[in-house]
Amino acid sequence: MLYREAGQYKTDYVKDQQIFPIAQDRWSVLAIVALAFVAVPFVATDYLLLSILIPFLILSIAAIGLNILVGYCGQVSLGSGAFMAIGAYAAYNLSIRVPGLSLPVMWVLAGFVSAAVGILFGIPSLRIKGFYLAVATLAAQFFVDWVFLRVKWFTNYTPSGSVNAPPIEILGVSFQSPTMKYLLVLTFAAVIALAAKNLTRGHVGRSWMAIRDMDIAAEIIGIRPMAAKLSAFAVSSFILGIAGALWGFLFLGSWEPLAFDINRSFQILFMIIIGGLGSILGCFLGAAFIMILPIFLNQVPAAIGLPLSTEMISHVELMVFGALIIFFLIVEPHGLARLWSIGKEKLRMWPFPH
Amino acid sequence: MDLGFFLEVVFAGLLSGVLYSLVALGFVLIFKASGVFNFAQGAMVLLAALALVRLIEWLPQWLPALADQRVVTIALAFILSGGLMIGLAYAVERAVLRPLVNQEGIILFMATLGVTYFIDGAGQTVFGSNIYNLDVGFPKDSLFLFEGVFEGGVLVNEIDLWAAVVAGMLVLFLALFFQYTATGRALRAVADDHQAAQSVGIPLNRIWVIVWAVSGLVALAAGMVWGSKLGVQFSISLLALKALPVLILGGFTSVPGAIIGGLIIGAGEKMAEVYIGSHIGGGIENWFAFMLALVFLLFRPQGLFGEKIIERV
Repeated sequence: MLYREAGQYKTDYVKDQQIFPIAQDRWSVLAIVALAFVAVPFVATDYLLLSILIPFLILSIAAIGLNILVGYCGQVSLGSGAFMAIGAYAAYNLSIRVPGLSLPVMWVLAGFVSAAVGILFGIPSLRIKGFYLAVATLAAQFFVDWVFLRVKWFTNYTPSGSVNAPPIEILGVSFQSPTMKYLLVLTFAAVIALAAKNLTRGHVGRSWMAIRDMDIAAEIIGIRPMAAKLSAFAVSSFILGIAGALWGFLFLGSWEPLAFDINRSFQILFMIIIGGLGSILGCFLGAAFIMILPIFLNQVPAAIGLPLSTEMISHVELMVFGALIIFFLIVEPHGLARLWSIGKEKLRMWPFPH
Repeated sequence: MDLGFFLEVVFAGLLSGVLYSLVALGFVLIFKASGVFNFAQGAMVLLAALALVRLIEWLPQWLPALADQRVVTIALAFILSGGLMIGLAYAVERAVLRPLVNQEGIILFMATLGVTYFIDGAGQTVFGSNIYNLDVGFPKDSLFLFEGVFEGGVLVNEIDLWAAVVAGMLVLFLALFFQYTATGRALRAVADDHQAAQSVGIPLNRIWVIVWAVSGLVALAAGMVWGSKLGVQFSISLLALKALPVLILGGFTSVPGAIIGGLIIGAGEKMAEVYIGSHIGGGIENWFAFMLALVFLLFRPQGLFGEKIIERV
């Protein structure tokens, strides 16, 4: 009853082309964002902020980055962890080598570094397609892992190989408390989500989607595959780089290359597949699902009183996780975002299904 | 440069390449017949090896008659593990492939990632997660070849030679199976063209079970060899990653490609580690193979022996 668009007339093109053409959508999204900014900092505990909301938001940003490449441009990549690592280490090196740089500037610059490397590793995509490309992106993953492990310059010759982020302070304001960190991450997530949404709605996004659907046909209608593919790699790595820098600085605090290994890449890939390829909303849904599921699975055996050893729990967790992935793929191969839109469609028609 | 040492490095590389080939072979079989990029192949190797090693340990406890019948125990454990792999193939076809038929490649790939997690978890839940010593009677001595030709000869591990023998026999067996049996012919038909095969009455579902079962048995062979060389442990599951550059080098659809790709990657990786790695910090084995394959792909996007990719609008 509440979800109706009757009476909402679109009288000009601007109204027709807005992101959320239905007023209820518009207001509820604004309400959610406002809640996240205003209400959550007051009610959330430190544990909720630090261990769930902050990683959730950062991984959502990473998922947006990967989704642009895989979901919108159709170039399957298994190397997203590598670009996060590049972002994190670039930001770290900027922080120790360029004094006086403001942190957000540093993170954005780190994103640009990551984008440059992304373009480099995107070049093979001009020749290689499909799973051959997916495997080729693993080259980026392993190479970057190795570089940060072995080339000591990047870790500033720390003996243990792990690096520490400087204290988080912007324009004299300390961002060390969980609430401030959360607000910072939330700002980045909101800006990047909006930018990505608009990018994918525009000319660039359309050329990506044309390449995804069939690159030869796209070429024939006048889209330059090189520009489209490399720009997708650049934008994707840029966002992944920022996510990596945030992950290192705001979530981990100190990290080593292992934090961005191939399991991270798979985790982000799972998020966009479960959430929905080619959907910004899907990135958030997928990140929430993949983040919360292990926490949930961890609690279950204790809650129902099963006496399992920690080792056993981790194995069973792995099993259940695998099974759930398969289950979700079978139920809805197009992800949670598709389920959401089907639900909305049903709601619009309700209570008359035809 | 010392020629004897060089040959030693090449041999060691080629022989470890044989093992990559065995894993890659399982990939290729499944990709050819069903177009599924099966990431779970490494996990299948782990599961098979775990089952084998634990059954060899458990069988004498369950059946006291087997207590000092080592050969019979191993044979029985081998057959039971084979049965487990066939059962797994059946389960995967029923629970994963059939509901996901006609989905895009990436969805199926993600599903096999799910299968990977499941097998890793289930295998270690049932069979335990320690490092186990697998002894199926491969000799473990080292021998020296060409002692008359080079000073000191060329050092080779006997078990590596046995691995090569197992791999060779497996390939021969598969070639005969594909060439001369009705099932093999059906498999080749499906690999060639799904729809045409279906239209002449080849049941796709059954073919998928068979091809996953064959891959499972290949995984068992790989697990047996790898396990007796390095012990059965979780890291075997990561073998799948080692086999990927072999795959793109040889081509996803080519059985000879998997073998020759494995040999090239194995030898190249060892040589790079010995001659380049020592100068730039070592540990380059992990990415060198991928880089080699990547550079190679720039010139031949379909791999060494892959079918020419023809695209039409």
